[in-house]
Amino acid sequence: MLDLIAAAGDFAFGAGQSFPKVDQEYLLQARQMQAMSFAMHIPLVCFGIAFPSLVIFMEWLGLRTGKAHFSALARRWSKVMITLFAAGVVTGTLLSFELGMLWPGFMSAFGDVFGLAFGLEGFSFFIEAIFISIYVYSWDKISDRRHILTGIPVIAAGITGSLMVIAVNAWMNDPSGFSIDQAGEVTNVKPFEALFANGHLWPQLTHMYLAAYIVVGFLIAGVYAFAWLKGRRGDYFRTAMVVPLAVACLAAPAQLLIGDWAARTVAEDQPIKLASFEGLYETTDGAPETILGWYTDDNTIEYGIQIPKLLSFLAYHDPNATVQGLETVPEDDWPPINVVRMSFQTMVAIGTGLAALAAWFLWIWFRRRRLPETKWFYRAVILAGPAAVVALIAGWVTTEVGRQPWVVYGVMRTEQAVTGADGVVFGFAALLAVYVALVTTVIWVLRRIARQPLPPEIAALEEVPDGAR
Amino acid sequence: MELADVPAILILVGIALYAVLAGADFGAPIWAITARGEVAERLKDSGHRSMAPVWEANHVWLIFVLVICWTAYPEVFGSIFSTLWIPLLLACLGIIMRAVGYVAGGVSGRPVIRYLAAVSSFLVPFALGCVIGAIVDGGVPPGNAQGDILEAWTGPVPIAIGLILVASSAYLAAVYLAADAERRGETELAVAFRGRGLAAGVVAGLMAAIGLLALHGDAERVFDGLTSGAGLVAVIASGAAGLVTLGLLWSGRFRKARFVAAIAVAAVVAGWGLAQQPMILPGLTVREAAASDEVIVGLLVAVAIGLIILVPSLALLYSLVLGGRFDPLDVASPGAAPERRELTPAGRRTLSAIWVAALVGGGMLFLSDSGVTLYLGLAIFMASLACGIVQLARSLVRA
Repeated sequence: MLDLIAAAGDFAFGAGQSFPKVDQEYLLQARQMQAMSFAMHIPLVCFGIAFPSLVIFMEWLGLRTGKAHFSALARRWSKVMITLFAAGVVTGTLLSFELGMLWPGFMSAFGDVFGLAFGLEGFSFFIEAIFISIYVYSWDKISDRRHILTGIPVIAAGITGSLMVIAVNAWMNDPSGFSIDQAGEVTNVKPFEALFANGHLWPQLTHMYLAAYIVVGFLIAGVYAFAWLKGRRGDYFRTAMVVPLAVACLAAPAQLLIGDWAARTVAEDQPIKLASFEGLYETTDGAPETILGWYTDDNTIEYGIQIPKLLSFLAYHDPNATVQGLETVPEDDWPPINVVRMSFQTMVAIGTGLAALAAWFLWIWFRRRRLPETKWFYRAVILAGPAAVVALIAGWVTTEVGRQPWVVYGVMRTEQAVTGADGVVFGFAALLAVYVALVTTVIWVLRRIARQPLPPEIAALEEVPDGAR
Repeated sequence: MELADVPAILILVGIALYAVLAGADFGAPIWAITARGEVAERLKDSGHRSMAPVWEANHVWLIFVLVICWTAYPEVFGSIFSTLWIPLLLACLGIIMRAVGYVAGGVSGRPVIRYLAAVSSFLVPFALGCVIGAIVDGGVPPGNAQGDILEAWTGPVPIAIGLILVASSAYLAAVYLAADAERRGETELAVAFRGRGLAAGVVAGLMAAIGLLALHGDAERVFDGLTSGAGLVAVIASGAAGLVTLGLLWSGRFRKARFVAAIAVAAVVAGWGLAQQPMILPGLTVREAAASDEVIVGLLVAVAIGLIILVPSLALLYSLVLGGRFDPLDVASPGAAPERRELTPAGRRTLSAIWVAALVGGGMLFLSDSGVTLYLGLAIFMASLACGIVQLARSLVRA
């Protein structure tokens, strides 16, 4: 254990010389190709994590009350679920290919340190794929009780799968569980310690998990809020809107607390990353929080709005705490400050906005026991879904670009990890084209599912004009 | 055998399973676009009907192979994926297009979707075969993109293996679909697939023989491995299984043919493993490339735990599929009459308890930096959040 701690100490920006720099003209394109693939995959992951529990909750309501509109919703949503899962399967496969195609230096040096987590993730993925198929294809073919039980492994695998992937990401942010010897070889690998004794794991996982529920909740609620505005307000449409809304409107405020915890963990272990979130050049006691503005070459923020001592309070829960500035490390070790800072501010701003929208809804519900009457609320819900996706991606940009120039924080730089092969840009272009096809198809299929007629007994109920409350 | 060899065996098992399970997924669209004759309409969609419930699970074997490779033999993974990025990317793009085919095929039978699926069905086995061929003929030196990114996979051996995989996928698909058609009682369709399976089986066998000739010229070491000792046994076993499959197909015993056909393909994979070892890349043996014993033990423990859950789950899936439970023609079994109860709103006391728990848990999380208090707070907070969501949703749908 002692040598581990010693090793972890060494990683503080010392070990970066251990690996050769790779001659790759298109490092930035390689990073963007990876980023594009993540941006495609992560919203789908949200559906893999959060959607099954919504579908199964709906099915449970149907079984318990015997009301047809719950079951009809569960069935329709399960079709959407498997469509999005299929897209998630293949975009996830691409990501694992890209780890090797784009970052062979990283995989060759560290594959054994974190590979175990992907092994367990692979099994979670297996279980999810198996039971999602059984769930979707066995409606009416096995007993209702068994059918709902086949959904449980899907929910569980969603949790364990994301746990494993986040374990790897947490390790990249806070590497431990190995040493680097004189020859620059990675030795003394302790995979379990590397992956599961990591302080970043739980805050990152919880943060992502809640984000998934917020994204899915607002996106689905948004679809039916649109229907609501068009006057479709019977039991079927109302249920389809309020259940996801209940999820998102409690998860969004909770995310403020979890986000605070995640940020404190960053402050603790990755002070330079925190400094780039905030654009803080000088190490400062009682550091202010600067909102908006632009980080300039002379290391100040132009046009920002300063709130005294707020940064120290947020990062350390102490208004006079010392916050380490960018000046403490060479400029070579900085991430691109404005990208990281803007993404961070975007995420926080949208997250706060969503929490405010949630508070509005909860206030009306608990005070008046009814849904908001103004159309502006439903318009806001329609916007909230896409906004939550933007926040999600901005959050991942914050943590991934914020880790730059390192792929393994303080140990290996992206320029040491990247492939030496030619033609990265062509691969990027081909992938872009195929992704356009994938997105087009998925949207087309979802629209076809949406246009399928409702079951007759539900449709009859929906046409009652006073379905609108 | 040493500990360092065990992951290699798992990789071979994974490749064999991917080849026999997902291979059929990729072979099916070839029969959809070449559909002719009286049963053409049913030929077109039978692949989709049979494969749609299982293709995602079949596909995960590929992930399994990759993950074991990069954990147990990181340098091998980095070398292969950097030098062979072009065929690997092509395979991946093919997999994405195949998924597009499955997703869209569920709601539409448009020809464009069938052609897309067919293109990907050619591309994926071919490109992955090229990758295997490049490893067989030594085109991937160790290191970051040290091989030629084009020449490494465009020699006679990679191309031959690519084509063999395309043919064997088509063959497996025909055999499996014949068995599925028989199970559903669609005799004409089963007969149509029988003819296709026989033809594809002969083609695949001939191509495998030509492939051996290509190996003789370009990959002497692997050729010797396949024509002597245990490697030869595997090759003979595969040939024999292939002939038996043809016989079973001929006589209309499709369900048995399905398993024997899979054995024919799996035996080739085993033979390749036997012939390839001990060298995996030129100048690098499997044992030299292996991660430390501690990592491998950890990996094997993870795989063992995973298999305990996976094997019964897969067995359930395949028993439902092969037992015909997902077939549309199947008569719905009557479910147990569910209990019908009203949703009663949660009492004040429950709601207050949830609020208090959320505040206590959240407070503990906010005020502590690490340790038991923090994680206990987290657990309480998340549990109260989940209960709160359920209660809120229940009261909202009730009103």
